[in-house]
Amino acid sequence: MITLTINGREIQTPRGSTILETCQAAGIPVPTLCYDPDLRLAGSCRMCLVEVKGRPLFVASCVTPAENGMVIETDSPDIVEARKVILELLAARHNFNCQVCEKNGDCKFQDYCYQYGVKDSRFEEGGRHLYPIDDPNPFLERDYNKCIMCTRCVRACEDITVARAINVKNRGHNAKISTFLDGNLSDSPCVFCGQCVMVCPVGALTSKVSAGLGRCYEVEKVLTTCTYCGTGCTLELNVKDDKVVGVTSNRTVEGSPVNKGALCVKGRFGWDFINSPDRLTTPLIKENGQFREASWDEALDLVAKRLGEIKAQHGADSIALFSSARVTNEENYLAQKFTRAVLGTNNVDHCARL
Amino acid sequence: MAAEMRIVLRNADQINPDKIEDYVQAGGYKALEKARSMARTDLIAEVKKSNLRGRGGAGFNAGMKWSFVPEAPVKYVVCNLDEGEPGTYKDRTIVEKDPQRLLEGMAICGHAINSNQGYIYCRGEYPYVVDLLRRAIDQARSSGVLGDFNIEVRMGGGAYVCGEETALIESIEGHRGEPRFKPPFPGVSGLWDKPTVVNNVETFANLPDIVMRGGAWFASIGTPSYPGTKVLTLTGDVVNRIPIEVPTNTTIREVIFDFGGGIRGGKKFKAVQIGGTSGGFIPESLLDTPIDADSMRNIGATLGTGAVLVMDETRDIIDIVTRISKFFEHESCGKCNPCREGTFRAYEIMKKINKGQAAPADLDKLALLSRVMTKACLCGLGQAAPGPILTTMEHFKAEYQARLQI
Ligand SMILES: Cc1cc2nc3c(=O)[nH]c(=O)nc-3n(C[C@H](O)[C@H](O)[C@H](O)COP(=O)(O)O)c2cc1C
Ligand code: SF4
Ligand code: SF4
Ligand code: SF4
Ligand code: FES
Repeated sequence: MITLTINGREIQTPRGSTILETCQAAGIPVPTLCYDPDLRLAGSCRMCLVEVKGRPLFVASCVTPAENGMVIETDSPDIVEARKVILELLAARHNFNCQVCEKNGDCKFQDYCYQYGVKDSRFEEGGRHLYPIDDPNPFLERDYNKCIMCTRCVRACEDITVARAINVKNRGHNAKISTFLDGNLSDSPCVFCGQCVMVCPVGALTSKVSAGLGRCYEVEKVLTTCTYCGTGCTLELNVKDDKVVGVTSNRTVEGSPVNKGALCVKGRFGWDFINSPDRLTTPLIKENGQFREASWDEALDLVAKRLGEIKAQHGADSIALFSSARVTNEENYLAQKFTRAVLGTNNVDHCARL
Repeated sequence: MAAEMRIVLRNADQINPDKIEDYVQAGGYKALEKARSMARTDLIAEVKKSNLRGRGGAGFNAGMKWSFVPEAPVKYVVCNLDEGEPGTYKDRTIVEKDPQRLLEGMAICGHAINSNQGYIYCRGEYPYVVDLLRRAIDQARSSGVLGDFNIEVRMGGGAYVCGEETALIESIEGHRGEPRFKPPFPGVSGLWDKPTVVNNVETFANLPDIVMRGGAWFASIGTPSYPGTKVLTLTGDVVNRIPIEVPTNTTIREVIFDFGGGIRGGKKFKAVQIGGTSGGFIPESLLDTPIDADSMRNIGATLGTGAVLVMDETRDIIDIVTRISKFFEHESCGKCNPCREGTFRAYEIMKKINKGQAAPADLDKLALLSRVMTKACLCGLGQAAPGPILTTMEHFKAEYQARLQI
């Protein structure tokens, strides 16, 4: 453990932690835009700047190791002034249309502008980008007029998905997140996993499937397991008025131990079938070549009865059970257990084995 | 009159740069032989004792930098020949006139840090220098002088920021030329995450003489805190637009009026900018300052690369600073917020001032932005970019006031 002083308070922290981690553990708030604990560090947004006594320059707390005896100020007037200037510089390029923005209420940039009282930008003159918003894909909206160039999307795409579909093109003020030759995502290695949407702190990357269906503060988030495959990723169904209107990631280890928030295109964007009128919502029993609706009790009783009859008549090995990769591992475990222990046969198989 | 003193340019125009035999005849590669007979720690101690400070701009003690390099199976020696600083042509001059000296210096460093692989990162606009270096490396390799030390040349693509050591490393690795945050410093984790010493051409070129004549000899030349000589490149409204090598206690006035021959066309001196585009502007009243890095820092200026841009009485400071702002707006890599957006806004405001359309509030805004950038940017580019603005606001305030819209 090392000891340092932050805002006049003496604080102990394990050797090897950064100043930001130390502050977070001690409950001292430090604003961050480019920092993401699951991604390679960038140290580029400069919102997390703090003053360290004896150092001529401000230091970015997210990438600076805490050292024994450091004396740190996280909210000195100079630091607050610098953060304000940085926010104003970003505000001068940001297309504020919070009234229709999908991220309203869940936007780090909006929050910090509020916190630091940035109503207008002193640097608002020319130089707006006016990038077209026209990526023709069914899943994600890319509006770089709201981008604050934190590169979290680039790092998520590279570090989590390893698709490397996007990177920064051009330099300076003209730097922009781009696919190769700035083409459409569908012509890039993009797999539409939406990890970039998950990490984007502002409304630059959002889900087209959820667009207009509800604000973050209107939905209830229900933690569940994705039904698409046996990997068992955890996700949050966003429920508004008893209807699923979106999927978001739970990024905690406890909430999402398998995938830590990462999803694939199906889990993140393929949920609209839930509200489809074509969906079966009750069991059907076929009688005289016709399906009729039945209750679960009735259907299960029928299956149990028929399985028992077949087993008595033809032996257990006349029955086989095929399971699916689209249910969870736990359900597959139960399926084989049921087959072996209840039905009494080893005739069990699974489509993922084919 | 002050006299030149040649260490790194000693062989300039005396030998054929394309013949290793000439260099060897002039005493070349004796220093490497001597260095290799020394224990590595003794060699580093000798370089530390010389107090040789980096000639690429930051002025960090070279021996000290080497001493931070940890033990590791693979380490690299990288020479910074990016020389993107406008008005600077010292590294090109050194290499054009005496390429073997650079190779010998790098090999000495290789022995000191126990590395057998060197890279020279050469400015993309110097293709003929790349050719010359490759020939020199071939000759050195076939004559066996380098032993097991291998050197390769890599070419830059013309980005100024790639002269910054970590952006340079990213570029050699084949990535976008953007600086990394520090720490870790390259000495601990640099090229391909291996310990890497990055030094400037002129820094390496001083090593053969330091090894041969000893650290104490070098430490006794010029200003004690920044000893040795410095190659300066004179440009602008000075009579002699030439490279010179002078001891570091030479004053700016001597540089301009003795070596430079004074101002062209019999005009009067107005200002000089030293160290490259980000250097502070120096008025007449400060010309008796010695050029060493610390004395320069004390007057709010820099020694930087040693570029000397002289401006006569007819020059328009505001227009020049506007152009400089444009340079930084163009060269900002775009990684960090204060520089990406700040250089753009600084140029925008400077254009406004230059056109006579600015109000006093614009000056305040520019000063605030400049102050923040100096302390908040990720790398030296953004931190130093406001230098010309801040120093001209201080020393040439009247020119700004006169340009305001009333
Ligand atoms: C924007 C920027 C550009 C730089 N360009 C160069 C350059 O062209 N050549 C150079 O030697 N150092 C340059 N430097 C300094 C290097 O980062 C580094 O400090 C230097 O190569 C170390 O060598 P030295 O200690 O021998 O000076 C630059 C720094 C910055 C911030
Ligand atoms: S959707 Fe996934 S693959 Fe496509 S750009 Fe985003 S992170 Fe990369
Ligand atoms: S799109 Fe979002 S995540 Fe990507 S750089 Fe812009 S603001 Fe950051
Ligand atoms: S200061 Fe400028 S050049 Fe340096 S990292 Fe930031 S944007 Fe890039
Ligand atoms: S959060 Fe530290 S620099 Fe962005």
